[in-house]
Amino acid sequence: MNEARPLLEIKDLTVQFSVYAGKLQVLDGVDFYMYPGEKVGLVGETGCGKTTTMKAILRVLPSPPAIISRGDIFFGGQDVMRMNEEDLSRVRGRGISMIFQDPTAALNPVFSIGEQFGYVIKYSAPPGKSLTKQEIHLRAVNALQEVALADPERLLRSYPIQLSGGMRQRVCIGMALATNPKLLIADEPGTSLDVTIQDQVLRLLRTLVEEKNTSVILITHTLGIVREMTDRVYVMYAGDIVEMAVTKNLFSNPLHPYTQGLISTVPRLTGGGIASGIPGRIPNYLTPPPGCRFHPRCPHIMDICRTEKPPTYRVNDDHDVACFLYQTENRA
Amino acid sequence: MTEILTVTDLKKYFVVGRSGWPKRESITVKAVDGISFTMREGETLGLVGESGSGKSTVAYITVGMYSPTSGSLKFRGQELFQADGKRPIRLKKDIQIVYQDPGSSLNPRRNIKDILEMPLRLHQPGKNRLEQIVYLLDLVDMPPEYMYKYPYMLSGGEKQIVAVARALATDPSLVILDEPTSALDVSVQAKTINLLLRLQQEFQLTYLFITHDLSLMRNVASRVAIMYLGKICEIAETADFFQKPLHPYTQMLLSSIPVISEEEEAFKPKKVISTGEIPSPVNLPSGCSFTTRCPFVMTVCREIDPAMVEAGPGHKVRCHLFTQPEPATVEGPG
Repeated sequence: MNEARPLLEIKDLTVQFSVYAGKLQVLDGVDFYMYPGEKVGLVGETGCGKTTTMKAILRVLPSPPAIISRGDIFFGGQDVMRMNEEDLSRVRGRGISMIFQDPTAALNPVFSIGEQFGYVIKYSAPPGKSLTKQEIHLRAVNALQEVALADPERLLRSYPIQLSGGMRQRVCIGMALATNPKLLIADEPGTSLDVTIQDQVLRLLRTLVEEKNTSVILITHTLGIVREMTDRVYVMYAGDIVEMAVTKNLFSNPLHPYTQGLISTVPRLTGGGIASGIPGRIPNYLTPPPGCRFHPRCPHIMDICRTEKPPTYRVNDDHDVACFLYQTENRA
Repeated sequence: MTEILTVTDLKKYFVVGRSGWPKRESITVKAVDGISFTMREGETLGLVGESGSGKSTVAYITVGMYSPTSGSLKFRGQELFQADGKRPIRLKKDIQIVYQDPGSSLNPRRNIKDILEMPLRLHQPGKNRLEQIVYLLDLVDMPPEYMYKYPYMLSGGEKQIVAVARALATDPSLVILDEPTSALDVSVQAKTINLLLRLQQEFQLTYLFITHDLSLMRNVASRVAIMYLGKICEIAETADFFQKPLHPYTQMLLSSIPVISEEEEAFKPKKVISTGEIPSPVNLPSGCSFTTRCPFVMTVCREIDPAMVEAGPGHKVRCHLFTQPEPATVEGPG
């Protein structure tokens, strides 16, 4: 797997938001890579910068207030940061698709499903080649059949309000995959759905991406979903990647104190009570703590944590952690 | 143990429109359709269900925001809905609620002091209110200077804690928690839940815990009830409920939960895979409402709505698989 060229590579991505009170240091040097066909999870609590990272990849961060002050993003070997608008729209049209948390907000209520599908498919066509109405319709019908929705012809004529939440999310998945993207970014794809419906939607999503060999970045704060859906996980805290591991290893042997805390607070189906949680709260981005951003909440705090930002140490094959507790290990 | 709340055949229908000619019959949603349960003093009853199952309607009826279409609710033997429609203030004081979204349940134009003062003024007139407010904040581990903060200055978790303090201001005995942590991150959820558990111990509170998170209920509730489309499908003691889930819907729910360890994976029922859509509550299937998704559906299910039967001590289930004298004649689940 590691011989291939990475599909997506992010190096030292640093993003600030310029607001009235000053500069919010939202992303603090994020490193991230993934290979074709991989399913990668990005976990972290609300406000840790997961969505900002993904928006940076698509170059859809509103600027102002966002300033990408440092860093490189390569998608399929191309430098996204230095792309012109035309190339960017090609990446957005055919290279990367996105599924959002709330399918109701992702679909436009005043256009029929068919019209919305039409736009997606039309603008994904290679430059210079335009699709006929029949071709667009046919591809939309195919896409709906793929996501196991009955009676696609009728569905294309209906409006989002006429569908249930689960059906809407299936429509969104169908739309995202209709363009055969290389990479699919799924931002909390099941959170707004009921647990039985969420299970159906996630199983469908997994089958489809495995069939089409699409790479997936799954953004979520539900650890259970990450465990069931991904091969490898990045854990994010306050704008830093604190740990990266193969999914199985992350759950059996979490290294970073934040990851350990996070996993211990999840209530278990087998019982055992509720853990005490992680003390403190996520830092203010205006004046983030110096050194390791987790140090004010860390149970294993050392002097060095207060002053220096920990580098990433490689503990095992494919298990990286940014914490001074693992200083004796090799620098990654 | 004495019973604090007794709900008998509670129904709440909402009229959502009219159709037909010439009679213009009303279209109703049966949000709560004949549920019965009891709550014991000091327990935590987890009321679990998917969106639209009617769990919040039960909460709102209990606090008195809606009046039921029919049925009875008794609080310590006293009927909550009297013919004249007015609930005595003493009963209002005893039953309090914490809502799901603290962002919208706290008035953004009032500071914390004002928010906590309102219930005190209504229910405990004459006492030194400032002292009371400091005491309430101390109960939930908040420094007194939070009094002059406004909700927007607090994080989501802190707002929910203020909402808890407000519910406690009247010194209630039954607190309804309507998804109190579903808007919070897991680490904040853990803190809030621990606070709730501590307060329950301290004041012998009874909790009606409404949620869709079964993993959380496993660790918090003493008994669990499952609702599906306005009806209770299964109710049992927590340990019994998770070890021996009987209703096919319960098994489907349990098998759908994403979990984080191998032991939990092994613990989940395997037989029932989630299929189908939740039907519209306006147009329910005849017979049992779960027939459209049930893997064990029989002819009788489509015709007759099953009655609640006792399948074990304190373990009630509403399913035809268990109404026959010999359930072994059918391939029973789990």
